[in-house]
Amino acid sequence: MGNFAKAWVGFTLGDWCERIDVRDFIQKNYTPYEGDESFLAAPTARTRRLMAKLDAKLKEEREKGGVIGIDTETVTSLTAYPAAYLDKEDELIVGLQTAEPLVRGVNPFGGIRMARSACKAYGTELSDEIEKAFRFRTTHNDGVFRVYTDTMRAMRHAGILTGLPDAYGRGRIIGDYRRIALYGIDFLIEEKKKDKQELGKKGMTEEVMRLSEELYKQIEFLGKLKEMAALYGCDISRSAENAQEAVQWVYFGYLAANKEQNGAAMSLGRVGTFLDIYIERDIQNGTLTEEGAQELIDQFVMKLRMIRHLRTPEYNELFGGDPMWITEAVGGVGEDGRPLVTKNAYRFLHTLYNLGSAPEPNLTVLWSNKLPEPFKRYCARVSIDTDSIQYESDDLMRPRFGDDYAIACCVSAMKVGKQMQFFGARCNLPKILLLALNGGRDEKYNMQIGPEMPVLEDEVLDYDKVRQRLDFYMKWLAGEYVNTMNVIHYMHDKYAYEKTQLALHDTDVERVMAFGAAGLSVIADSLSAIKFATVKPIHDERGLISDFAVEGDFPKFGNDDGRVDSIAEELLETFIADLRETPTYRGAIHTLSVLTITSNVVYGKKTGATPDGRRAGEPFAPGANPMHNRETCGALASLCSVAKLSYDACRDGISNTFSIVPEALGKTHEERIDNLVDILGGYFDRNAHHINVNVLNRQKLIDAMENPELYPNLTIRVSGYAVNFHKLSLEQQKEVISRTFHEAL
Amino acid sequence: MKGYVHSLQSLGTVDGPGVRSVVFLSGCPLRCVYCHNPDTWAREESQLTDAASLAVRLVRFYSFIKKGGVTFSGGEPLLQAEFVTEVTKLLQKEGLHVAVDTCGAPLTPAAERLMEAADLFLLDIKMTTEEDYKRYTGGSLAQTLAFLDRLEELQKDVWIRHVVVPGINDSEEDILRLADLIKGYSCIKKVELLPFKNLCLEKYKSLNTPFPLEGTPPMKMDKLEKLEQILECSR
Repeated sequence: MGNFAKAWVGFTLGDWCERIDVRDFIQKNYTPYEGDESFLAAPTARTRRLMAKLDAKLKEEREKGGVIGIDTETVTSLTAYPAAYLDKEDELIVGLQTAEPLVRGVNPFGGIRMARSACKAYGTELSDEIEKAFRFRTTHNDGVFRVYTDTMRAMRHAGILTGLPDAYGRGRIIGDYRRIALYGIDFLIEEKKKDKQELGKKGMTEEVMRLSEELYKQIEFLGKLKEMAALYGCDISRSAENAQEAVQWVYFGYLAANKEQNGAAMSLGRVGTFLDIYIERDIQNGTLTEEGAQELIDQFVMKLRMIRHLRTPEYNELFGGDPMWITEAVGGVGEDGRPLVTKNAYRFLHTLYNLGSAPEPNLTVLWSNKLPEPFKRYCARVSIDTDSIQYESDDLMRPRFGDDYAIACCVSAMKVGKQMQFFGARCNLPKILLLALNGGRDEKYNMQIGPEMPVLEDEVLDYDKVRQRLDFYMKWLAGEYVNTMNVIHYMHDKYAYEKTQLALHDTDVERVMAFGAAGLSVIADSLSAIKFATVKPIHDERGLISDFAVEGDFPKFGNDDGRVDSIAEELLETFIADLRETPTYRGAIHTLSVLTITSNVVYGKKTGATPDGRRAGEPFAPGANPMHNRETCGALASLCSVAKLSYDACRDGISNTFSIVPEALGKTHEERIDNLVDILGGYFDRNAHHINVNVLNRQKLIDAMENPELYPNLTIRVSGYAVNFHKLSLEQQKEVISRTFHEAL
Repeated sequence: MKGYVHSLQSLGTVDGPGVRSVVFLSGCPLRCVYCHNPDTWAREESQLTDAASLAVRLVRFYSFIKKGGVTFSGGEPLLQAEFVTEVTKLLQKEGLHVAVDTCGAPLTPAAERLMEAADLFLLDIKMTTEEDYKRYTGGSLAQTLAFLDRLEELQKDVWIRHVVVPGINDSEEDILRLADLIKGYSCIKKVELLPFKNLCLEKYKSLNTPFPLEGTPPMKMDKLEKLEQILECSR
């Protein structure tokens, strides 16, 4: 460890010194913190000046319609742009994605068409040079469409499969950026070279040759990463020697990944506890104060908030609001029972106060009922004040992923540096039900997509008969879905391989293929209607079933009613079993998520009327949420329904969005904090996986008025009882909004 | 036994301490002009529910409400005191705390048994003079006060609640009278002034019932805070 003498002084040594093992380093060196938030520091003058600059840039970006500018002359890569700054004087953590703050780079590797149309959408054009350079180059998108079958194209066109990463970076891969700080690039290159040597001893099968070429690319890009840092005057060939360098080295890794790739959802990982070790050491040495520590984290987070990718309007429709999913996992508990909460967990959350609330980075609290009580309360406080954080069950994930996993995108657990994901977007379950009723014909596009059968002619739908058909078509869908994903990821590996991010993984990486399902509550309620009420299909002039007459009431998902909740549970178990029947590319493990981002609206648009009474084109509920208007027993019953969905069937995550007005959470701020802690604890005690918490302010209420489907649980308390906000008339909603505003004054 | 249950709100946080589930019972002896639950007056629309199955349903929320509990509201729980007592005992067996939101009438032998069983009473003193009470609710203040006396004897925890309505009971005198009425009771742990809100108009419309306070504005929060201070000072 001669090379590391200076960098590692003061650390407890161990296995991590002999080989890459960041977890071992953390476990041997971190300082759990069980106290409260009173130690936290306000932003420094430097941070405030820098933040003012950033705020001005953000304002300019908003005024320009969301994109400040596009560098259409340069193809993005690690070293394509010169060193650039927001304010060189005040920046402790440096590095921008392009030559100017917030200006978006062009990344045609996923597909030149997407880059071209994105430029066009913002009133500019790709330079001739880029067009020329890519004329004879195969992109990921070209490769995929060379192999897609007619059925795959039809499924994509009809919206049975939507949001497929076949024209942009697949994302959801988390480089272990901590390795750069702990070991320096040179050591990482050496290790990769050793791996390549070892691999060469095996017979040159297709698999071995592919990996060997990938290793070549990984090593090449580790070199470029070093060059990129050198542009900023930093030598990251060696490991970081203090906290500032550690933060900077980690950020360089993340920045490089974003210069190389435009993946939807490129998480940061779980860097807080790791960085806390460096901060603690500097504080012990007397070279850093708490104010200085907070300043480093504030400035790091500011940089993360500046990451941008160029997207098309169609993409934004699926993933609304220009999200990046720079997900950082905070908290959790170690396998030895010690909480992984450090002061840095607080510092990251505290950026929401120091810099103001923001969606990025996507701070995700790994919740365990064994977390220190003051930390739980602080998280609840941050939720109530900022609506910016989400929660996921560490008690569910730790036994399955160990204690050094992070969250890819929103809800997907990944062992950091040891697992990668083939992102699979999602399929539309209600559409499959309609397809099944219509004998494989899509009712909206009038195309035969699935295997042909006669349209169901029954006057009243029979549950068993419908289930039998649905099972058949779900099996068919599952096979097509897996094969479509195989095409996409084969081509992505071939033409848009994530060289930087995978260089920061173990060579022998475990792969998962993450499928997704949208419209769970719609299909569960539809089947419940068929089972418990009388559903008459209405055949249109084409002879297709395109509407339903429903007589009688039926149990609805979201009321803790076992009769329908069990249908939802069963559907997921069946679907993952169906998916597992088709082998995946590179032996990836099949997983499933119930997550829609904002695409529940688009899915709804592309889906005709359903037997649950939902009209054609109406949005689905997001993720695993019950349909709005259908939860008649209040929020806890709704949480109970979602908590029943099996995490083992849905290892890629089960997303639930919970919205509540402050008044419904309790009378005082402190009461609200206590109550939210109890609600979260109660929810996760029931083996629930994920929850987005919104404690809504006025702005949110306005949004809820315009988009009620996004706020299914929004409850308000009026004198002696509670009502769902969306059940009030528009006028009353406006009244509530104005009063909340007056209260805020 | 069975009771008339109007509805169940699984998450309540303002009817008693902590996170609670609230059961709304049907039937009410009063007709308060500001009533926000006119849909609980009649029993026709409610569901005849078995005590044991209601308890089972509520206990399912245990992981959330273990530190809070269950509150019976309505309607008037005392009208079905026997039923409520049975459910209360089943809930308490599971370790849940039970509160009853009531106007304190009617004070029957069954109500006595509920008084002994429940852990907390949210006692609504609706108006502060007998005349106003009669005029705005159709009931009697004396009954509420008799109920309070009984709770004092039993040394049951009591939270006093009082809905403040602009132009009806929002004067300083009203609040001073309230303070006077509740003076000296050691069972009273908390007093809550609740602002009148006029958000129940839709409910009245859908029931084809006129809302007596249709034109009354919601209670202003700053004024309510002032009244809270007056109450605090005079207690």
